[in-house]
This record gives sequence, C-alpha cells and structure tokens, in this order.
Amino acid sequence: MKRIEVIQNIMEANETIAGRNQQLLDRHRVFAINIMSSPGGGKTSLIVQTMARLKGRLKIGVIEGDVASTVDAEKVQGEARAVVQINTRNMPESCSLMAAMIESALNEMPLGDIDLILIENVGNLICPSEFILGEHKRVVISSLPEGDDKPTKYPLIFVDADAVIINKMDLLPYLDFDIAAFRGSVSGLNPEAEIFQVSCKTGEGMEGWCSWVLEQVGSHATER
Amino acid sequence: MHELGITENIVNIALAKAGEAEATKITQINLVLGEMSGFVPDCIQFYFDSLSKDTIAEGASLHFESVPTQLRCRNCSAIFHPQDTLWSCPDCQAQSIEITKGRELYIESLEVE
Repeated sequence: MKRIEVIQNIMEANETIAGRNQQLLDRHRVFAINIMSSPGGGKTSLIVQTMARLKGRLKIGVIEGDVASTVDAEKVQGEARAVVQINTRNMPESCSLMAAMIESALNEMPLGDIDLILIENVGNLICPSEFILGEHKRVVISSLPEGDDKPTKYPLIFVDADAVIINKMDLLPYLDFDIAAFRGSVSGLNPEAEIFQVSCKTGEGMEGWCSWVLEQVGSHATER
Repeated sequence: MHELGITENIVNIALAKAGEAEATKITQINLVLGEMSGFVPDCIQFYFDSLSKDTIAEGASLHFESVPTQLRCRNCSAIFHPQDTLWSCPDCQAQSIEITKGRELYIESLEVE
C-alpha cells in the first residue's frame, strides 16, 4: 500500500480549455461575454436588444446554449453576424455550457469578422457558476418575477459576476420585488459587480448596459 | 447535476497519477469537496463505479472530505460559518461577505498497490 499526493483541481481540464479559448479570442481581438440566468430570465431578449442597439458599431456573433431546439438561434439570426447553436441534450452534461463546447463553436465562427461574442448559457443558476468558458466577462440576469432573494439562494453565480442585470423593470408596479434589498445582497457578495436595471421590453436602462458593453470591448481592443 | 463530467476527470487524473507511479491497483481516492461546490458524493460514486470498470481503479473506494463553508465579513473581518442561507455577520450584522472556504474541488491523494 502506497500513498500518492496529488492535489489536483478536478476542474482543471475545463479550465485548460477555457484558457485556450480565451487565447484564441484575444488573438482575433474578439471580446466574449457569458450571459447566465434562470430559464425565462431574458437572456435571448437581452441579446436581441443589445444587438439592435449596437448595430453598426460592433459586429456581434452569438453562441446559443440550450438543452434542445434552435428556437433561440432563430430569434437572434436576423441581427447577428454569425450564430452557432449548441444543444447540450446529447452531451455528457446538459445543465451548463462547458469550455469544450465553446471550443467547437468558435471553430464555426468567422472570428476575423467579429468584435463581440454573446454566449447565451443554458438557463440555470447553479451549474453554469462552476464552469468558465474562456469568456472575458460574466453577466447574470435576474428578472423581477423570480423574486429579490436569488442572490441569497444562489450566491456563487453572483459572487463571480462582473455585471448583474435586473430585467423586466416594467413589471415593478405589479410585483413585490425590493430593488434596494436585491442590490444590497449583490453588493454584499460582490462589491465590484456593476448593476443595471433594464427592461428588454420597453428599452428602459438599455443605454447604460450597452455603454458598459462598448466600454469593455473598447478597452479590451486597446489592451492588445 | 453535472457529476458525470467531474467523475470522468477524477478517473482520468487518478489513472494518470497511478500510471506515473507504476501502480497496479488504486484502492482509494481521497477527494476534497467544498460544501458550496454543489456536487453530490453519492452521484459521483455512482458514475465512478461504471467509469472505472476494467481499469486499475475498479473497486476503489472514494473518500470525501467535506469542507464547510467559511465566510469573512468585509466590514469587521470576522470569520464565521453561516448558520442558514442568509449570510450576515454574527458580530456586526453586515451583509458584505467574502467566501473564504467551501468551493474546493480537488483530488488530495491516492492509495495504490
């Protein structure tokens, strides 16, 4: 009987591929944002509205992750420079995108003709928090009907977020969502996170979010 | 929910390390799993039994050391273990919190023959 010291991170395989993805993106000066939320939080709507507002200013590609269907890819098709749909149903794991899936998707993307890739993760607040993809920024959407307690129930996804979007602000008069409490718990977990209040339906707050995106893409491009 | 991929990694790392040490059998794999990491030991064991079949890891027992969540208050620096899902500092009641332990997920060691 012998004991071998290992001390090896079990997520290392994913992290290695994620690092490779980021190098590839950086080489092509492409910025990538991983967009996460629960199902129905407004990931697709945010992507559609962001593309509409940044039209003519950024060339945007979209990677759609869903357990099944191409419903979302069809919705974003019009404005996107390129769309790749990943269906996780037949993958070893179906609950989140993983770095290897992004690696294959990037092969299908015309990276030389894209400034920004918006990655729509599988709708889930738990699993995507465990997997980095090679993205430059992580964004979490929380929408009003979900309630203001999500950061308390699913802290990890908020801890690692660069920006948190409160979506469906147009529903505020009808719901008991305490904006101050939500913002307080996000800032408590993650003081660095930018918080945006938007409605993808009415367009409220989209300008602030889009300026942030432009700023991030711009500073990434000048860094390299 | 995503234990299959994790278990594949565990088997791959264990087989590689045991191979380097020229071991003929892996009898135990010692894993360190943070309480917040969201992985279920029983589920990892279930996949492990099938993934390790016909390898030198077949029949190895998995030992999980669970690391409790540990938080630090950003306001008064108190270190504490949360009692429930509401994370507030027991000393100053601030809700500005940093996770210091509980996200671990690694193979600590192997026992081999």
